[in-house]
Amino acid sequence: MSESLLSVRELKKHFPTGRRSFLGRSHDVLRAVDGVSFDLERGQCLGLVGESGCGKTTVARTIMGLEKASGGSVTLDGHELTSLGRRGWLPYRTRVQMIFQDPYASLDPRQTVASILTEPLAIHGRGKPKQRKLRAMALLDVVGLNPRHINRYPHEFSGGQRQRIGIARALALEPEVLVCDEPVSALDVSIQAQIINLLVELKERFSLAYLFIAHDLAVVRHISDTVAVMYLGRVVEMAPCDTLFEAPQHPYTRALLSAVPLADPLAERQRRRILLEGDVPSPLHPPPGCAFQGRCPDRDAVPAGRCVSEAPLLLACGSSLVACHLDPSRE
Amino acid sequence: MADQATKKMGDWGLGAGELERILSEAAKHKGESLWQDAWRRLKANRTAWCSLCFLALFTSVAFLAPLLPLPSPVSLDLQIEPQPPVAPWSQFGRGGFSPEYWELSGLDQAMVRGRVAIFDDWQTAAWLGTDAKGRDILSRIVWGSRTSMLVALAAALCSLAIGVTYGALAGYLGGAVDNLMMRIVDVLYSIPFIFVVIFLITIVNEYRTELEDHYGINREVIFYLVIGAIYWLTMARVVRGQVLSLRHAEFIDAARQLGASTARIVFVHLVPNVLSIVIVYLTLTIPAVMLFEAFLSFLGLGIEPPKVSWGLLAVDGSEMVNPVRIYWWLVVFPAAAMGATLLALNLVGDGLRDALDPKLRGQS
Repeated sequence: MSESLLSVRELKKHFPTGRRSFLGRSHDVLRAVDGVSFDLERGQCLGLVGESGCGKTTVARTIMGLEKASGGSVTLDGHELTSLGRRGWLPYRTRVQMIFQDPYASLDPRQTVASILTEPLAIHGRGKPKQRKLRAMALLDVVGLNPRHINRYPHEFSGGQRQRIGIARALALEPEVLVCDEPVSALDVSIQAQIINLLVELKERFSLAYLFIAHDLAVVRHISDTVAVMYLGRVVEMAPCDTLFEAPQHPYTRALLSAVPLADPLAERQRRRILLEGDVPSPLHPPPGCAFQGRCPDRDAVPAGRCVSEAPLLLACGSSLVACHLDPSRE
Repeated sequence: MADQATKKMGDWGLGAGELERILSEAAKHKGESLWQDAWRRLKANRTAWCSLCFLALFTSVAFLAPLLPLPSPVSLDLQIEPQPPVAPWSQFGRGGFSPEYWELSGLDQAMVRGRVAIFDDWQTAAWLGTDAKGRDILSRIVWGSRTSMLVALAAALCSLAIGVTYGALAGYLGGAVDNLMMRIVDVLYSIPFIFVVIFLITIVNEYRTELEDHYGINREVIFYLVIGAIYWLTMARVVRGQVLSLRHAEFIDAARQLGASTARIVFVHLVPNVLSIVIVYLTLTIPAVMLFEAFLSFLGLGIEPPKVSWGLLAVDGSEMVNPVRIYWWLVVFPAAAMGATLLALNLVGDGLRDALDPKLRGQS
């Protein structure tokens, strides 16, 4: 297990919500992430997909220590991260870095590009100010920006350029793992492709491992080696990229994939969509048993009551891991 | 370790020499910060710009008061009747300056010596009239403005140093810490400060000789301390509110995931981003502080004669208003000076708000 670079086991993040009695603890608990496990190997890309609110971003934030995990473990090269304080985290910060979703919000508007890019080096005491600045310029060059623009401010750049600055900041400490939290969803489609290509190029060049979070399936398919599908705080299916897209096993994955529109109008007309009924249940009161049971089109194919009484485990099924009672080849 | 940063860049495409060259070119591509942008907008706002120039002029006159050829603010004239204003064009200056002041600081004394060296005993005529004791009103207004400026400075520094730090920390740390810190502010808020000031100053009056002899604390120090203690409270609240809305911004998370310390996040990322609101709020606080000083001096709790302040001038003027003869210049000129300063400060504050946050323009 500790062979993996980044290993996440039964990660849980619960938020207390609702009314809070005076001095007391609140009773309602929002289970944003409820037992997520995966491994990320060196130089690999793990795509994490799912609809809005399924806990993808919370997984990223909990791994980065921005939220305190409610349970489970995150280990980097065998070192436990979830229990670390700020100082304990410092040596690992240089190995795991994050790219944020909104390039308009993730750069401090009062800092120049130079101070944004030298800040990671300053915090970790690398080099002298002059060297840091030269390093920042090299970083700009790496992400395809003009190093001469080092003294500019974020508001003088476009969205795509700002995201490149965000990527450069994440690269400054030469990390091994980049956690990308929907790095392209705030950008125009034309810019998205450029940023994705840049990420692919950087992955090869610096042999980075990505945890790539997105809700755009095409993007995930393009960049990922393995894909995990999340539903209501849990992973329902995890498989090598091609397997998942060619032969999805879980009913939710099938429904998700069938929702992707096709570029070819003829094929698009032929496309069969699986329409899910109802809404995503509230993570405050998840249904008993399988979280997907209320909306599952294949519910009737399972022996009566099993979906309600028992939460399915994530078990191997061919080269995939699937959490569903449906599959006959299990157990 | 120090060399590590440059060494690794070698295999990143650009050599160190090339980077040095580009760095020298980068100076030509300097960006415009949000501050420079706001400054440009402020200059384009004619009202605010004029007010700012007026305030700059006023401040420099106040600072350079001992160097200017003004009559002494305290030298008495034996004429009992207050003299009406003399227009500068009918009488510009006259002789007979006597360097009488209260105890001045070393810098001020040097400036007075400079003034005597330059102008000898020449002084301006009583352009704004004289008061009942024959003291020059213009000179007293200028010297009184020094008191107002000093009070404003004390309150501004307290607001900035205590209020901003306290508010930013409370807002960023949040939770129970925030709760405790803001309840302390609430408690301080609920104290009626006028009474506290009156109480403190009465006590200090009682023991003034002992305090001055043993601790070197005089009434004025207490006066500035009390004013400083009141005026950081609102600033702390304003800053906390702003920080609360900023603490979940992605760039703060970005700094946290880099391993930045709380101090770094507060002073490098949060404070610069709330500074625009702080500055606007400061320009609106200063008039209130100046009024408070005038009010206390008016009550006889602030600055004491022979020193002057605008509040004392107002007392002098109001005492001379009687049904038989109205010595209007004793009231009108000090009031006009004060009114103009407060108006200018408010206009600058308004202009700054528009310049720093263009989205708010036109709203009140």
